[in-house]
Amino acid sequence: MEEIKLIEIKENILSDNDEAARQLRQKLADEKTFVINLMSSPGAGKTSLLLQTIERLKNELRIGVIEADIDSVVDAEKIRQSGAAAVQLRTGGFCHLDAAMVKTGLDGIGSKDFDLIFIENVGNLVCPAEFDTGAMKNAMILSVPEGDDKPLKYPLMFTVSDVLLINKTDMMALSDFDTAALRQRVHKLHPEMEILEVSAKTGAGMDQWVDWIRRALENFS
Amino acid sequence: MHELPVTESILEIVVKHAKQNQVSRVVSITLEVGELSDLENEWLQHYFDYLSKDTPAAGAELKIQRAPIVLKCRQCGHEFQIRKDELGLSDCPQCGTAGDVSLVSGRQYHIKEMEAL
Ligand SMILES: Nc1nc2c(ncn2[C@@H]2O[C@H](COP(=O)(O)OP(=O)(O)O)[C@@H](O)[C@H]2O)c(=O)[nH]1
Ligand SMILES: [Mg+2]
Ligand SMILES: [Zn+2]
Ligand SMILES: [Zn+2]
Repeated sequence: MEEIKLIEIKENILSDNDEAARQLRQKLADEKTFVINLMSSPGAGKTSLLLQTIERLKNELRIGVIEADIDSVVDAEKIRQSGAAAVQLRTGGFCHLDAAMVKTGLDGIGSKDFDLIFIENVGNLVCPAEFDTGAMKNAMILSVPEGDDKPLKYPLMFTVSDVLLINKTDMMALSDFDTAALRQRVHKLHPEMEILEVSAKTGAGMDQWVDWIRRALENFS
Repeated sequence: MHELPVTESILEIVVKHAKQNQVSRVVSITLEVGELSDLENEWLQHYFDYLSKDTPAAGAELKIQRAPIVLKCRQCGHEFQIRKDELGLSDCPQCGTAGDVSLVSGRQYHIKEMEAL
């Protein structure tokens, strides 16, 4: 008779990724390349925000974008036309990016030649929050039509992000979005979260966002 | 949400340990998954059955234990457990401070042990 053996494993799935992300962050710091991981639901405005951001910063910074949003061959093309470099990651229907995939993108674009690289993560509020990409900062977009109750449904995303951009504020008048209630919910989960109100359509609030990026870069270098 | 990539990682680790321990068949695998992750147990097992077909882990049962969300109050240092739907809603049960907490645990995917022949 064969006997059942109990074998201790004690391994953590996320800790492998955490370690890969830590090494990537170190490499990027050595190259003096600042990376911002941009996360949101599909359609919240990641690509639109990037285009506005590149427009405002392209004369002072060398900017690159790693595109991982599904169906975003179009997005990478739009970004290139805006004057920044872009690489398209084939995520093969994956629901999030991990540090290894980001490293492929950074190697592909040649990260050391850039001051600032954005990662446009896969559009969802669930699992990108669980996987450290190696970026220095996490930015998340919540758009007005999504509603002010999202912190209750996706608490981890609000916990891991450094800055929250409330986008599509031009649609505020048409909705019952309660900004004060949202701020309160977010700060209960994450007291230090910076919250900026923007519209990637009208350009409102973009100056504050660009200032936030400049400050983050100053603290980095 | 990402049952598939997580299952791939689990299988990789399990097969590695099966080789190291020279076992012929894995019977069960015990996982500890934090309450904050949105994994569906059924999907995990389903993907695992599919991916593990030609490995020593084929047919193994996944025993999934849920680990609670633990927060720490940054005012008084008290650690307390809450349910996922209470996140951002509950004050510190010790000092009453609202919303000044850090996450101690609740996001882990820990592979604890396996039974094998
Ligand atoms: N009204 C309004 N529409 C916006 C705004 N930002 C983006 N959109 C629109 O929302 C849709 C999705 O935007 P996109 O940038 O592709 O979102 P992504 O999927 O997160 O990259 C597009 O039709 C945009 O034109 C905004 O600030 N206001
Ligand atoms: Mg996009
Ligand atoms: Zn995922
Ligand atoms: Zn307390």
